Amino acid sequence: MIKLTVNGENHQWDGDPSLPLLWYLRDESGLTGTKYGCGQALCGACTVHVGGQAVRSCITAMEDVADQKVVTIEGLHPSGEHPVQKAWRELQVPQCGYCQTGQIMQAAALLSDNPKPTDHQIREQMAGNICRCGCYNRIEAAIRLASTGV
Amino acid sequence: MLHAFPHAASSPAIENVSRRHILKGAAAAGSLVLAAPLAHAATAPTYKTGAGDMPHGVVIDPNLFVSIAPDGTVTIVAHRSEMGTGVRTSLPMALADELDADWARVKVVQAEGNEPKYGNQDTDGSRSTRHYLVPMRQMGAAARTMLEQAAAQSWNVKPEEVKASNHEIVHAASGRRIGYGALAAAAAKLPVPKIETLRLKDESEFRYIGKGVPIVDLHDITTGKARYGADVRLTDMKYAVLVRPPVVGGKLVSFDSKDALAVPGVEQVVEAQGWPWASKFQPLGGVAVIARNTGAAIKGRDALKVVWDDGANAKYDSDAYRAELEDSVRKPAPVVRDEGDADAALKAADKVITGEYYLPHLAHVSMEPPAATANVTDTAAEIWAPVQSPGGTRDDVAKTLGLPPEAVKINVTLLGGGFGRKSKCDYAIEAALLSRKLKAPVRVQWTREDDIHHDFYHTVSAERIEAGIEKSGKVTAWRHRSAAPTFMSTFEPGAKTESKLELAMGFVDVPFAIPNIRCENPDAAAHTRIGWFRAVSNIPHAFAVQSMVAEIAHALGRDPKDMLLEMIGPPRIVDIAKSVKDYWNNGEPLDAYPIDAGRLRRVAEHVADKAEWGRKLPARHGLGIAVHRSFVSYIATVVEVAVDEKGGISVPRVDTAIDCGTYINPERIRSQMEGAAIMGLSLVKSGEITFKNGRVQQSNFDDYPVARIDESPSVTNVHIMPGENRPPSGVGEPGVPPFAPALCNAIFAATGKRIRRLPIGNQLA
Ligand code: FES
Ligand code: FES
Repeated sequence: MIKLTVNGENHQWDGDPSLPLLWYLRDESGLTGTKYGCGQALCGACTVHVGGQAVRSCITAMEDVADQKVVTIEGLHPSGEHPVQKAWRELQVPQCGYCQTGQIMQAAALLSDNPKPTDHQIREQMAGNICRCGCYNRIEAAIRLASTGV
Repeated sequence: MLHAFPHAASSPAIENVSRRHILKGAAAAGSLVLAAPLAHAATAPTYKTGAGDMPHGVVIDPNLFVSIAPDGTVTIVAHRSEMGTGVRTSLPMALADELDADWARVKVVQAEGNEPKYGNQDTDGSRSTRHYLVPMRQMGAAARTMLEQAAAQSWNVKPEEVKASNHEIVHAASGRRIGYGALAAAAAKLPVPKIETLRLKDESEFRYIGKGVPIVDLHDITTGKARYGADVRLTDMKYAVLVRPPVVGGKLVSFDSKDALAVPGVEQVVEAQGWPWASKFQPLGGVAVIARNTGAAIKGRDALKVVWDDGANAKYDSDAYRAELEDSVRKPAPVVRDEGDADAALKAADKVITGEYYLPHLAHVSMEPPAATANVTDTAAEIWAPVQSPGGTRDDVAKTLGLPPEAVKINVTLLGGGFGRKSKCDYAIEAALLSRKLKAPVRVQWTREDDIHHDFYHTVSAERIEAGIEKSGKVTAWRHRSAAPTFMSTFEPGAKTESKLELAMGFVDVPFAIPNIRCENPDAAAHTRIGWFRAVSNIPHAFAVQSMVAEIAHALGRDPKDMLLEMIGPPRIVDIAKSVKDYWNNGEPLDAYPIDAGRLRRVAEHVADKAEWGRKLPARHGLGIAVHRSFVSYIATVVEVAVDEKGGISVPRVDTAIDCGTYINPERIRSQMEGAAIMGLSLVKSGEITFKNGRVQQSNFDDYPVARIDESPSVTNVHIMPGENRPPSGVGEPGVPPFAPALCNAIFAATGKRIRRLPIGNQLA
């Protein structure tokens, strides 16, 4: 039996311990804000926080998050007012929106590690997150905005 | 919620009136085809569009599209699919504007797929705004008029004395005012006014149109609440992942499910029904692994052993095919446009410049791979899916299941990108068939590998242009051959020539003032599923044409922008109907949407000005320009590129000017142009799907890379031309075609190296 917390709630899983966290969250727990994009840690759509770090839930097995604290987009802020979320809305970042929860989780982790990133650091740290709609200019600007307070 | 404007059935009087005003399209046999009907008021738009020619045409029925609750909440129906363009916001905005509704009190609900009810719902061809701006406005104006009449009646004054103003009707003379919510019930009892007599707003009165509001889904998207194709969960739902024939036209011989069934969480392995190629959007078939969650289904699928019969396309090799296509454009071929005598003019020319260009297959790779959920019983089917063609999906699912369309309900979720892929509903049909087979709700999830292996690919294309130049430096001859398998091959087995739609995407309608023009289209057989990819054949055609202009400029020692303007020639309406028999103008009438060389020049001049064309640049930087008319819009792009010593490229700046006529939400036009630059960059740098032994060789974002943030332009400036009361035109797609040639022209300016084959790969190394 694997025990973990998700967004502060106790969870347990007695199925396949190698199941990727992504599918546990989406299909077993109904937390569908975390998205599938590639399954190979190539796109960042599935990004969640484990112990405060951004991880790709598509390649993170359930056994690797035993006793860990997992936070998904649903738990980033109780009313969606995290500075990154606010900046995202302020600059109207999303197009289709599908990649954006992963982008936001990655950006939130980036800013908690490094509250004043340079433009170069933003580009470097966000390069694992694909946006096929091409919202990159706004993503970059929104992270700058969030870093200066919204 | 009480519908202020109830469906007609509740009142015979209204039923008669509204029935008269429901304008149906071509598919309703013998009925009136009227797209954007003329309005009598002087300020009303008086152009016609091709909307009425679309399947099921246009439905203009305020009772259907808008309702008002007693608390004043206005609910507007979005009948087009949201895939990132903002259409789910912009069309309701147009209605709300004429209704004079307070946007903060507007709710948008998504229509299910039902074209007899809502009119055409195909969200492709960059058509939604141009076909629905006026109908949405008319429905808003009709509802507003009914509210005004209801208020006037209650106050016992003439309707002309009252006026709608921000969610209230006001009687200025007496200072009385009453909210929409309080009027809703009374207004509902009134007949719908004649659509043709409605007064529409003057441009100066617009409160939302042309100004813009944030998309309605913004909060849900940023909090993870937005619902896409795979976010629907039904009680007792099963999770399915399929393995499909690796070669188009192949079929299942046998499979061994023993190992798959041993995977924890896997419940069942079943054969999935497939159709022979080509069969429009019918599924490929194969084997489905059913599990308690998607992860288990994927693992189970990996453990399956399957034997295929690859069929007729087993030899498809894209390298060999490339040689075939290139060979075909070096020989005379069937003529699709012929003006003057291009052959003779080429012979007589002082100089002949030849360019051969090649563009490979592309996969769409929207971030959301195809996914659909279905619940099918013996007598009915309900589908939840991210589809660009909700009406078509309903018909195709109904036909496949042998149910009447009325028994099939299509719930349209948000689309995590579409780009044309999700116009094809094979994944929804797969879910429906499996649900029927398993007698349970089923969600089908495509993996990224499935998406790349089983796309309806962007065509592959060889283009060859020869330009004849006389001594004076004037271009006197233009002979363009374009060879590319047609998307019609997905509908008609064996189709080999570009359809009139593809020909008209920047090939036969080249707008240059050249006296001798000949366009030829050699046969090109398809060996895989060809679909439409954002901007479709405009991509290869614009790449060839706009690269050639810069090549000519270079050969003559001219500035590429000046050369471009000279070749476009003076401002004029290009008489394309004379030059090209049966010309397809993106489905629009030529009088409302002519080929206007003046507008083409204007965007080119404007972008050159804004981008400071000719500015001093650091070493190994270059500027390139390209302009293209597509989806009846005019777009010009200037790209600044920097090429490093190792041949790596970066893009410091992009400027794009767009003339799309009257527009609704400028902010979303900007985001579409920004995104088009990124998509253009992806296809220039690395976009290539190749085939060996009929199989796609790429499978995920490692071997089919798309542009990432660290490659994206540092600055993207978008310049929107004033609408000037012109008919609206496309936005979603037309930003893509000019980007690739502008970038490659910039690379030439920076390095002297001409890119004629995409993607660049290591050509600059
Ligand atoms: S789905 Fe996990 S990185 Fe793409
Ligand atoms: S907004 Fe569509 S993929 Fe990023």
